[in-house]
This record gives sequence, structure tokens and C-alpha cells, in this order.
Amino acid sequence: MELKELISQKLKDNFPQAELDFSEFRNEFNVKFNKKFVNPICKFLREDSELEFLLCEDVTAVDWAKRKNRFTVVYHIFSLKHNFRLVLKADVDESDCAIDTVSSVWKTSNWQERETYDMYGIKFNNHPDLRRIYMPEEFEYYPLRKEFPLLGIPGSLPLPKK
Amino acid sequence: MGLEAKLRGDGFFVTKLDAVVAWARKNSVYPMPMGISCCAIEMMAAADPKYDIARFGSEVMRFTPRQCDLMIVAGTVTYKMSHVVKKIYDQMPDPKWVIAMGACTSSGGMYRSYSVVQGIDQFLPVDIYVGGCPPRPDNLLNALIQIQDKIGRTRARDFQNLKLPELNVIQNN
Repeated sequence: MELKELISQKLKDNFPQAELDFSEFRNEFNVKFNKKFVNPICKFLREDSELEFLLCEDVTAVDWAKRKNRFTVVYHIFSLKHNFRLVLKADVDESDCAIDTVSSVWKTSNWQERETYDMYGIKFNNHPDLRRIYMPEEFEYYPLRKEFPLLGIPGSLPLPKK
Repeated sequence: MGLEAKLRGDGFFVTKLDAVVAWARKNSVYPMPMGISCCAIEMMAAADPKYDIARFGSEVMRFTPRQCDLMIVAGTVTYKMSHVVKKIYDQMPDPKWVIAMGACTSSGGMYRSYSVVQGIDQFLPVDIYVGGCPPRPDNLLNALIQIQDKIGRTRARDFQNLKLPELNVIQNN
């Protein structure tokens, strides 16, 4: 069985209620699911002995501005065993701007989730240390959101006195 | 050669203390290398034997602000970094001068962005701006020569009304 089929079959069998959606774009295999299942799905993909997605390469997000589910959180994970990269996606709406953390599954996602929180304002439930990572902690805005102006908001970042 | 030639004969000459102090200052400028990004590489190149900043008496790059009188800000200054730059500047003893080296430092350069200060003259008194991205070492040496001219023109009365900087305390976790 081809690896992509194996992944989709295993996920379908184990998570029938996760609203799974499989697609392929430029040789990258995408799996979309309901955000409630992010933690069990990631744990499964990491621990299953036939898959072993041991490496979390990136956690980031997309801001679709006016779409109903405004944000998509994107995970790039990699299986060293198969030399195969998988893209996981979960929609997050602005009204409930939070998703479960996967830092208990991959430790590297700790800082990547902090970056996503810093730039988009998406909260990661049960994250051990959810603070801003780049911007000053007292900063009130989320710079990579679409409504944020390129040059920032005047006066929001303090300069030293001349 | 040099001073001996001037002193030949009577063995002394008359001048103003002001002029001697300015002459000494301008030929022994100690730079504080505030190297924040890629301009710092060119600043290091200016110190190497090929360009040789020692020809102008400025080879003593001190890594403590207490011993410097010229700050070369070489690199992109973000809002977060601006507090650090100012803190180091405040620690330098008076009189002191500032070179803004490169496009980022002078105007934000290609980083027209929310996180980058659009020119360090918003919080530091800059004496010379050096263009280029990054500037060549000879360009930095040119700036140093101009700073030397400026220092050579100073007199004691220029520094009479210096104020101590306000204590600028930053809370670091």
C-alpha cells in the first residue's frame, strides 16, 4: 500500500468523527481536520510504529481575513522513517480563537506555537509557557493579521527618550 | 620628522590648551563597535590590515562603552534593540559622537516594517550618516575622517552645558 493511502486509511479508521479531508498540492499531502482532534491525531501520527512522524518542522497559521473560519493553523511534520512530509491543517474561527497545544507531542512546537500566538493571536490551550516570543510582552497587537498596517501602529512600541 | 621638527630650535612652542586637547582627541578616537547586523562585517573589514583604521588612530575598538567616545551603530535597530543601544550610549563618557552606518541605521533602509526603527536619529543624536547597504570600509573611513574634522573644531566651551543622561532603567526578565 502506498504511504499516502496508508495514512488516510489509518486516520479514517481511528478518527471517524474528525471531519477528515485529504488533498494533494504540488506533491505535498494535506490532511485537514476538526481542531478538537488536533492533539490525538498528532499523538497518533507520532507514535504509530508504521508512520513515526517524529519531527515537527513548523507550526504556523494563515489569515484568510474575511472567511468564516478566519484562521487556518498549519503543521508541517516529517517522517524520518519514510522521508515523507505531511501537512496538517485545522480551521480556527475568530470568535473562539484557540486550539489545543501539541507541545506535549513534539517539544519543538513549544516555541513555534509561541510565535504563532505572537503573530496571529491564536491561543494554544494547555501550552506550558504561552508568552510572546518576538514582540515586547506589553505589545497589544498581532502583526501578521491582515488588518495590521505594514508600518505598525504609531506609538505602540516605545522608543527611548532622546 | 613629526613633532621633533616643530620643536627644533627653542624646544617649545605656544598654543592654546583647547587646541591641543581637540588635536589629541581627534587623533585617538576610540570606537564602540555597536555591530548589530551585516554592516558589522564591513566595520570589521575596516579594522583589518587592508583598510587599516589604525592609520587614523582608531584601531582600539573597545567592547566596553566606558572607554569609548565614538559609537558606530552598524546594523538594523529594532524597537526592542533601541533600548539597548540607548543604554550603551548613555554609559559612554562625554564628549561622545555617533556614526549611523548603513541604510538600515540611517533610515530603516529596506526594512520598512513595524519592528524596525526608521532611523536611529529618532532617539540618538547622530553626527554622520554613512550611505550604502552595507557601506564599503573606505566609506566608513571617510565618515571617521569627517568626525575627526568635527572633533578638531570643538572647544572646551562646547561642552560646558552637558547634562547627565536621565537614568533609563529597563526591566529585563
